[in-house]
Amino acid sequence: MKARIKFSKTGIVKYMGHLDVLRYFQKAFRRSGIDICYSMGYSPHPIISFAAPLGVGLESTGEYMDIELNSAESSQVMMEKLNHVMVEGFHIEKFVHLENATKKDNGMAITAAADYHVEFSTEGADWTLFFEQLMNQEQIVLTKRSKTRVKEVDIKPMIYQWKLLSGGVELKLATGSTQNLKPDLVMDGLEDILRMSIQYTVSRSEIYAVGKEALHFVPLWQMGEDF
Amino acid sequence: MRETALPEHILIKLEKPARYIGHEVNMVRKNKDEVDIRFAMCFPDVYEIGMSHLGIQIIYEQLNRRIDTYCERVYSPWTDLDTIMRDESIPLFALESQEPVKVFDFLGITLQYEMSYTNVLQIIDLSQIHIWSKERTEDEPFVIGGGPCAYNPEPLADFFDLFYIGEAETVMDKLMDVYKEHKQNKGSRHDFLRKAAEVEGIYVPSLYMVRYNQEGLIESFNPTVPEAPEVVVRQVVSDMGQQLPYPEKPLVPYIQAAQDRVVLEVMRGCIRGCRFCQAGFVYRPTRNRSIDELKRLLKSMLDSTGHDEVSLSSLSSSDYTYLQEIVNHIIDEYKGKYVNISLPSLRIDEFSLEVMSKVQDVRKSSLTFAPEAGSQRLRDVINKGLTEESILSGAGKAFQGGWKKVKLYFMLGLPTETEEDLIDIAVLSDKVAQTFYKIPKEDRQGNGRIEITSSSSFFVPKPFTPFQWVKQDTMEEFLEKAKIVRSAMNQVQNRKSIKYQWHNAGTTILEGVLARGDRRLSKVLYAVYRMGSMFDAWTEHFKLENWQRAFSESGIDMDFYTTRERSQDEILPWDFIDIGVSKDYLYREYENAIKGKVTPNCRQSCSGCGAAVFQGGVCYESQN
Repeated sequence: MKARIKFSKTGIVKYMGHLDVLRYFQKAFRRSGIDICYSMGYSPHPIISFAAPLGVGLESTGEYMDIELNSAESSQVMMEKLNHVMVEGFHIEKFVHLENATKKDNGMAITAAADYHVEFSTEGADWTLFFEQLMNQEQIVLTKRSKTRVKEVDIKPMIYQWKLLSGGVELKLATGSTQNLKPDLVMDGLEDILRMSIQYTVSRSEIYAVGKEALHFVPLWQMGEDF
Repeated sequence: MRETALPEHILIKLEKPARYIGHEVNMVRKNKDEVDIRFAMCFPDVYEIGMSHLGIQIIYEQLNRRIDTYCERVYSPWTDLDTIMRDESIPLFALESQEPVKVFDFLGITLQYEMSYTNVLQIIDLSQIHIWSKERTEDEPFVIGGGPCAYNPEPLADFFDLFYIGEAETVMDKLMDVYKEHKQNKGSRHDFLRKAAEVEGIYVPSLYMVRYNQEGLIESFNPTVPEAPEVVVRQVVSDMGQQLPYPEKPLVPYIQAAQDRVVLEVMRGCIRGCRFCQAGFVYRPTRNRSIDELKRLLKSMLDSTGHDEVSLSSLSSSDYTYLQEIVNHIIDEYKGKYVNISLPSLRIDEFSLEVMSKVQDVRKSSLTFAPEAGSQRLRDVINKGLTEESILSGAGKAFQGGWKKVKLYFMLGLPTETEEDLIDIAVLSDKVAQTFYKIPKEDRQGNGRIEITSSSSFFVPKPFTPFQWVKQDTMEEFLEKAKIVRSAMNQVQNRKSIKYQWHNAGTTILEGVLARGDRRLSKVLYAVYRMGSMFDAWTEHFKLENWQRAFSESGIDMDFYTTRERSQDEILPWDFIDIGVSKDYLYREYENAIKGKVTPNCRQSCSGCGAAVFQGGVCYESQN
């Protein structure tokens, strides 16, 4: 059976890179005794696929991975088994069954948006007004640098929602293989307005798939059910 | 969030921040206020290398079994963090508590290879402990060294307070007990060192006086206090069959370590007695672990780590008495649980080929032989009991089984070596290729070609070997020899199937200096460290010119240590250590080498090396 796991990654484990997290969970499944499916070949390993890689240094309370099981007990028991072998910082939040799921339903394929929380760490300064000014622009054209090229993009259509908080902002951003906006790039826009660089920390809290109508998003765990 | 010694803005810009955060799976947690002794155990290289070392994990387990002691870990900060720590005066910290090493009672440093010595100084210096032991004040930790390079600790003598000579399982606890009593009595630093010197196997370098004669040779090497023994006896576990401290729940790093698997030490010591090999003498006698204990440890380690691979560790696994039994156990018990087995240091024979074909993709994996010398004559000189016949028959069987990659390891600069011996390296490599091409074309797999990689390192004479007296080649001689081999390789029939490569000769020269060095080298080490040298074991960081400058500024001649042949009666810097194997035996073996006379291995017959004094292992196995 296919299953989806929601977990958090907070505290010092935020310094682990994506591939190290994968290796960590492969070993954790082996320690837990959960009957996970293995790949074939000379070095079989548990099949795990993450919805959206999280950058080094980011905390999250809404990470997802999909796995396949040969046999399973209840959601509750599976969560307990896995939580029992976690180190501090990793915690399993949900363990749901994906019924009739095919390849195109996997977390990576359907991820469309994610919620981020940005907290400004510069004490005494309040950037929220400037942030509002940024969001009220008709276009937010910024320079996006990848390993191979530099290009100008308008990031505004990729910001689905934003909300001012005291000392920070909340953002719902396009995430996934078709469109992907990193919170750092939004902050580049703010820095352009301020003409200075600012200190902030980013965390992720949820990942979504597209819902039934436009700009309606469903958290990935809602596509499965407790068992 | 748990506190880290390094602030977020530093961690986030490091290449691999997870090297420095600790709190890995199976980390030991203790309340530092509830222990009497805090011990920082260090491997002086980067985290991924250090975390792969079994010895440290054994000591970690052994010390943490004591309620009164908290053993934590320390590794070398990589160059990115090293720079930041210097600029911002951040003291080096231990991973568990994230607290500075300088508040600990002990800083233990394992000495695994000579080229890590500059990192030893990096560790002490970044810890903000005085580099020279004589300058250390009452509050500073005691710096203690151990491991294979401690069999000649002299080049580092002035940086360490103590050295532990031999295996930690024997008197480490006793040393801690002595320390605890000393701490309760609030004794002085010097008091403790004198008491520690009374513990068998402990060497306190500051309690010895070395005098040199006009030629620069050691004239006398004597203790200066009654507590320090004239001879320090190597510590040996006489019975490895008993239950000993072992990492039953090994640490699992957050980042991939060099050794990302369960390590099962099946045996200690080696019966072979290859004359160039220090490990073959300083770990005598050969001692088996019990098969039942190994099975128990294996289960515990696999369950607690989630590793999917186990590596059998020893100097020569094929000589482990219960090898077939343990290998079959792993395959029967764990293959269904997707556990793979890795078998380094295995002789290529029918059994090993059969095992390997079960656990590896033979088309991709390579076969390794270490003939060390090209000709049988020279293999007899070094007592390497591997014949051309056995190499070719092993290779032949492997080729039938589908293997298509072979690695051959050789050494250049061995005693008595001639040009013919060098050319024979190419000839032997070619014969391995011929063995492959004798298989009819239609029976060969894939593209029908064999890939042979022949590598040569340069020979470094080591203390406590029959070659401890011999002259080491100069850099020019080494490179000349590599050229001879290369040109011979270019002339053999199957040259297109053979790749030849050789090691860095500069590193070899320095290894040679440090391996057989004495106390006078400490100022060179200090000077080269001050020039910024560290991570010398990493080719990209090794700067030969720094070392050359440090030697010339210190007025010390490298050749004195490398290319000088020692006489039989010379007092060698490491002579004060008794490893069990006698100096007379080593000299007899040296004479046998020159004559090309082979010495049988310990299971064939006892050659009376002296290690029987430890009353264990192969010396006491029933010899049928």
